Amino acid sequence: MKTKRIIVACGTGIATSTVVADKISEACKKEGINASIIQCKITELRSYADGADLIVTTTILKDKYNIPVINGLSFITGIGEEKAIQEIINELKK
Amino acid sequence: MPEFNLLNVDLIETDLEAKNKEEVIESLAKLLIAKGYVKDSYLGAILEREKIFPTGLPTEGVGVAIPHADLNHVLMPGIALAILKNPVKFNVMGNTAEEVDVKLVFMLAINEPKMQVNLLKNLVSMFQDKKLLLMLSNMTSKDRIISLLAPLISLNPPKS
Repeated sequence: MKTKRIIVACGTGIATSTVVADKISEACKKEGINASIIQCKITELRSYADGADLIVTTTILKDKYNIPVINGLSFITGIGEEKAIQEIINELKK
Repeated sequence: MPEFNLLNVDLIETDLEAKNKEEVIESLAKLLIAKGYVKDSYLGAILEREKIFPTGLPTEGVGVAIPHADLNHVLMPGIALAILKNPVKFNVMGNTAEEVDVKLVFMLAINEPKMQVNLLKNLVSMFQDKKLLLMLSNMTSKDRIISLLAPLISLNPPKS
């Protein structure tokens, strides 16, 4: 399976994206998915989005992308976290 | 690594009375500035950021907010905490149209996210612990708060 490119974005590219990226990385390892995870500020997203397989963000995404976008807030609140992981895994296994 | 304390009694406000989120943010940022954790520019940066990228979290039990700013305003890592007397409204992260009543405000001074990933993970685990949040939201002794949080908020990986 080819390496999947995932972009994780939040407001500052520091706090929530760090946690979300880490949790996605663990989930991918568990599922045997090769993932390259890039963490960035939402304002930098455009420059990383080219060729990405998936965007996960904890903030509002105003622009439209031709890539699936998943809301990562559940990784922070814990509410709906399992569901979000499953959505991400399903998307990456497509 | 130089000695520093992520948590400090001087960075905690209990029973804080505030009319709105701006007042809470100002009180906590001033503590971090006074103790040399962040630059003077931190307050303006954090207020501006909160408008564009709100940090209220609709956590179970007690609403939490985690205001933070770009790392170039931070001198050393620390966490300021406010336990509010009455909740104030924060906009929800990722959903500016929604508001959440917040009683616990953790202001994060983070300068090296790669190093502080464990700290952030530990914090997030704490936000998912409804009982702990409820207990914390009623605490008034700063020393007891530190005793409760110090083992939970550390730079070390969560114990397995």
